[in-house]
Amino acid sequence: MALTTKGNLGPGRTEQSAFDAVHSAKRKDLWFAAGGLFVLAIAMSLLFTLIGDLIIRGTQYIDYDFMTSYPSRLPERAGILSAWVGSLLVMLVTAFLAVPVGIAAGLYLEEYARKGWFSDFIEINVSNLAGVPSIIYGLLALGMFVYGMGLGQTILVAGMTLALLILPIVIVSTREAVRSIPQIVKEGAYGIGADQWQVMWNYIIPAARPGIMTGAIVGLSRAIGETAPLITIGALTFIAFLPSPPVTGEFPFISFAWLHDGFTVLPIQMFNWVSRPQPEFHIAAAATGVVLIALTFSLNGIAIWIRYRLRKQHRN
Amino acid sequence: MDTDMKVERTAHRRIVPESDMPPPIKPSPEHETLRARLEDFSFYYSNGFQAIKHVDMPILDRKVTAIIGPSGCGKSTLLRSINRMHDLYPGNRYEGRIILEPEGENLIGKGADPVIVRLRVGMVFQKPNPFPKSIYENVAAGLRVRGVKDRHVIDEAVETALRRAAVWDETKDKLKGSASDLSGGQQQRLCIARALAPNPEILLLDEPTSALDPIATAKIEDLIQELSDSVTIVIVTHNMQQAARISHRTAFMYIGELIEFGDTNQIFTNPRHPRTESYITGRYG
Repeated sequence: MALTTKGNLGPGRTEQSAFDAVHSAKRKDLWFAAGGLFVLAIAMSLLFTLIGDLIIRGTQYIDYDFMTSYPSRLPERAGILSAWVGSLLVMLVTAFLAVPVGIAAGLYLEEYARKGWFSDFIEINVSNLAGVPSIIYGLLALGMFVYGMGLGQTILVAGMTLALLILPIVIVSTREAVRSIPQIVKEGAYGIGADQWQVMWNYIIPAARPGIMTGAIVGLSRAIGETAPLITIGALTFIAFLPSPPVTGEFPFISFAWLHDGFTVLPIQMFNWVSRPQPEFHIAAAATGVVLIALTFSLNGIAIWIRYRLRKQHRN
Repeated sequence: MDTDMKVERTAHRRIVPESDMPPPIKPSPEHETLRARLEDFSFYYSNGFQAIKHVDMPILDRKVTAIIGPSGCGKSTLLRSINRMHDLYPGNRYEGRIILEPEGENLIGKGADPVIVRLRVGMVFQKPNPFPKSIYENVAAGLRVRGVKDRHVIDEAVETALRRAAVWDETKDKLKGSASDLSGGQQQRLCIARALAPNPEILLLDEPTSALDPIATAKIEDLIQELSDSVTIVIVTHNMQQAARISHRTAFMYIGELIEFGDTNQIFTNPRHPRTESYITGRYG
């Protein structure tokens, strides 16, 4: 028998039409993959051009003085100290409020709430809230926190506003993470005689932790870049002082007075500088953008790292 | 508890002195104690489908009871009722009684807490499902749930359970290692050890070998036979040879009904019901 060395396999005893169908499907594979690659290349090059431009313009401007100076009307003296401290403190409040409440709500909805029209109604609304424009949250906060509760335009209110904004994200990702746990694991846990609380605490939360943490951090990295709701509640755009320090010299050494101080955040500072006519301020804005992007990326990096670590740990 | 039920229960509990006991491995019903019984038991899924229809069945103490029948006959549904697994999903409904002896408590009665039922009735699932923890923690899980804190007590219980489940020799040097690194057969024996550790009154096995190769299956079958000296076992199996090899009593189910229940030898050599006969001779299923 002669050995065929040609690479192409003939149809053999397969119907010619089946053979042709596979070939035409393969052509579609190729076209689809090529189209996808093309679109991906455009998107990536746009993104890298934007970020690259920002970095090239901004990076040289970032130095110790820039990080430790207050904004100034002279571009060469202007810095972002009050902005990054403000961003940090607002994020702290947001995380403290949104993460525990969001996780608890997600766990409750997924594990405890009785399934019915009411839980469906809540589920639809939570998912919809995740898509509500952020400025709407700003209006809500302005009406409720600033005027209604008389809390003023403070770090606390900013944290509360952003917490409301990312709460749906945390809730939805917690529910997704809990839902992705195989039923067989839950049944195994109930099978050893565990109560619902024990199952949730000892089996569901550890298994869902990577997903829950990822959701929380993705939520925070969205909050850190939000500008509109904070402008709406009346964040200041020019601040030449720091909030009162959280640690004090006298008893009880911890102070929460900073919660009630005015503030600005990185994106607002950036927005402010972009709208100035002097080109030097535009470079300062680019530099602020670089700091903001670095913060966002490192938050996302932490999320990826946690997910990787916990997944590995959980398997063992 | 009404009186006629009490009378009925004592009637089942005829205990004959050891000396009068004949030597056979599978003794006849007169010499056996009752561990549980199903009385007029029915089960409805949340969509209204009645998966079990009026089943009456005894479960003998320290014997292996096999439930066989074609796919969809309700055998797994019946088994999962005995530790109230169906309660995890809303809308499911039990009817009738599942009575645990000798206390005479109804597992599905009003106010019977499914969590307490599962503390008393252990279960092993079709697919090995060890927790993503160490081997030691898997076996200790049942004790931890029950609030056992003493390390020595747990150490001892873990070793005993692993020995009883015939998986001690393979795991004793890596108790802190991950359970997911074990082979499928070892994982299933680990799951049996996990269920045995808190000393359940009844051990339910839901097709425990269907995901395993023949060698691992043989090991588990040996293990079940050894365990039957000390624990009451109810096993659901697709494999009729397996039921014939390891069980003392066999229940044959068909479309939610218990068609025939009896001594395993009798069911497989001299079935009384024509349906049972055609099933065990391979005419359907």
